[in-house]
Amino acid sequence: MEGKIYKEISPRNRQRRTLIIGLLFASPWIIGFLIFQVYPIITSFYYSLTDYNLFSAPEWVGIENYKELFGDDKFYLSLYNTVYITVFGLIPQLAFSLVMALILNMNVKGQSLYRTIYFLPTLVPVVASSLLWMWLFNSQYGLINEFLGAIGLIEPNWLLDPNWTKAAIIIMGFWATGTNTIMYLAALQDVPKTFYEAAEIDGANSWQKFWHITLPAISPITLFLLIIGLIGSFQTFAQAHVLGTQSQSVGGPENSMLFYAVYLYQNAFSFLKMGYASAMAWILFIIVLILTILIFKSSAKWVYYGGDK
Amino acid sequence: MANLALLEEIEPSKGLSNKPTPKKYKKGKNRFLKKSVIPHLILAVVGLLFLTPFVWLVLTSLKTSDEIFAIPLQWLPEKFIWSSYTDAMQSIPFFNYLWNTVLICMLSVAGQLFSSPLVAYAFSRLQFKGRNFLFFLMMATMILPYQVTMIPLYVLFNKLGMVDSILPLVLPSFFGSAFNIFLLRQFFLGIPNEYTESAKLDGASEFKIYWKIILPLSKPALFTIALLTFLAAWSDYLGPLIYLNDPANWTLSIGLKAFIGANQIDWGMLMASSVMFTLPVIVLYFFVQKQFIEGVTLTGFK
Repeated sequence: MEGKIYKEISPRNRQRRTLIIGLLFASPWIIGFLIFQVYPIITSFYYSLTDYNLFSAPEWVGIENYKELFGDDKFYLSLYNTVYITVFGLIPQLAFSLVMALILNMNVKGQSLYRTIYFLPTLVPVVASSLLWMWLFNSQYGLINEFLGAIGLIEPNWLLDPNWTKAAIIIMGFWATGTNTIMYLAALQDVPKTFYEAAEIDGANSWQKFWHITLPAISPITLFLLIIGLIGSFQTFAQAHVLGTQSQSVGGPENSMLFYAVYLYQNAFSFLKMGYASAMAWILFIIVLILTILIFKSSAKWVYYGGDK
Repeated sequence: MANLALLEEIEPSKGLSNKPTPKKYKKGKNRFLKKSVIPHLILAVVGLLFLTPFVWLVLTSLKTSDEIFAIPLQWLPEKFIWSSYTDAMQSIPFFNYLWNTVLICMLSVAGQLFSSPLVAYAFSRLQFKGRNFLFFLMMATMILPYQVTMIPLYVLFNKLGMVDSILPLVLPSFFGSAFNIFLLRQFFLGIPNEYTESAKLDGASEFKIYWKIILPLSKPALFTIALLTFLAAWSDYLGPLIYLNDPANWTLSIGLKAFIGANQIDWGMLMASSVMFTLPVIVLYFFVQKQFIEGVTLTGFK
């Protein structure tokens, strides 16, 4: 029966048939890729070379937008703010997730309860969590300052003092690290026990076991979380946009919360400078691309994939 | 692999080398402290810190405004007042926002459930020329920032007259998302070939195999992507902010944000709305989590 089918179709036709079936199954993504990614990427680059305000046709200006950007103080400020919360937010947050996962992995009682508690905040919609933290950070009636006052520390005016706004965003970020903790925990549970036992026989101490076994074994997850986190961090928008309302300005007090994506949004949809915003989008694209490539390149040195090693 | 087997062989001898020595006894107490007390302490303190915002959120929503602004701070209200909830439902069109949000979520989930498994099937269980290249391309799109495509897509949807409708927010879902496709592909790759071989020998079409065998086996993975899609759509801010101008079309995200922009902040009401905005996803999570675990155990895949 089956032999009959195969005899009737020549190998070449069969190859064509499998190609057509494959493309048919993949077609939703292929069509979506062309409409929602390829077309806008190219158009975005074209817009970045024009002056465009939505209402009249784009007007060609060459690299004028890019030139203007490189002389724009707010562009540099938004880049600085973004890099700031990436370095002082993302990286400590990843380390924190790892530490929490390591402790959770010590087979303590109530592991699943703690896991749920750490995960819950990630379910809170970003606008709701921003509103909640706005209230917690309230300088007069907020819980955080009440606590800081009680133990005799300074009580910053978190959302109105430009020196503290980014710290507020970063602290808020710690609350939503549950997903990373859970991914780290899953990775830790996958590290073969025999590795540790072998190390114990060799007389390794806890630190050596962590440094030489645990860290390399979970390095693929670290790579994944680092890249995803980096891309997310460079697109920080909603928290800043909501928390900024406290100071009645888009970028917060003295533009201290003017992150890259916030400034880009402002240019596009408040000032209707679509060309300028597109140039910003392309620079963002290139920054993310270069950082991703650099991390991947460096990963050959610090990421270990299982198998013969 | 060979290394692993070797280590397992060594394991039994571990008992011998681990003979308790007097020195170890001395360390016992210290060890208990290190292995049990300290981890518990850290977990409990951090857990408490993580829960406090929730507690504060709910308590604030149940206080009178005098209690909210009490100095010194007052933890518990005299008695629980629900008026912040009724006020919130009256002064913002809460149910209107809720309906808009639910509609977007449902359509996004439907779109993803239609498209992502189809594409994942192509990338996992079909062999065709160019497959690996397409898959690589898809994975690469994951690093593409939303901002790059945002403006041209806005212009496009604007020209099509779709701005101020939910179409720009839900249409892309019907073409799959790289992350969902990747997750499902990993799951499909884990389904043993024996499940599909006999159907193939009987001459069943690929679509029949996909529909009758692969999809029913993949319920837990489908649950996962449905939940992830729902959560993302529920809390999406930038998308609705760009596309929904008419307050009648607003989602909860935009509605609540606009509420603080326009008014002297009424924290009780704002916290009550935030509770109502958050509670559905938490309930949904606990519900689906159970289904998910059941699904995993029933199908026998891990």
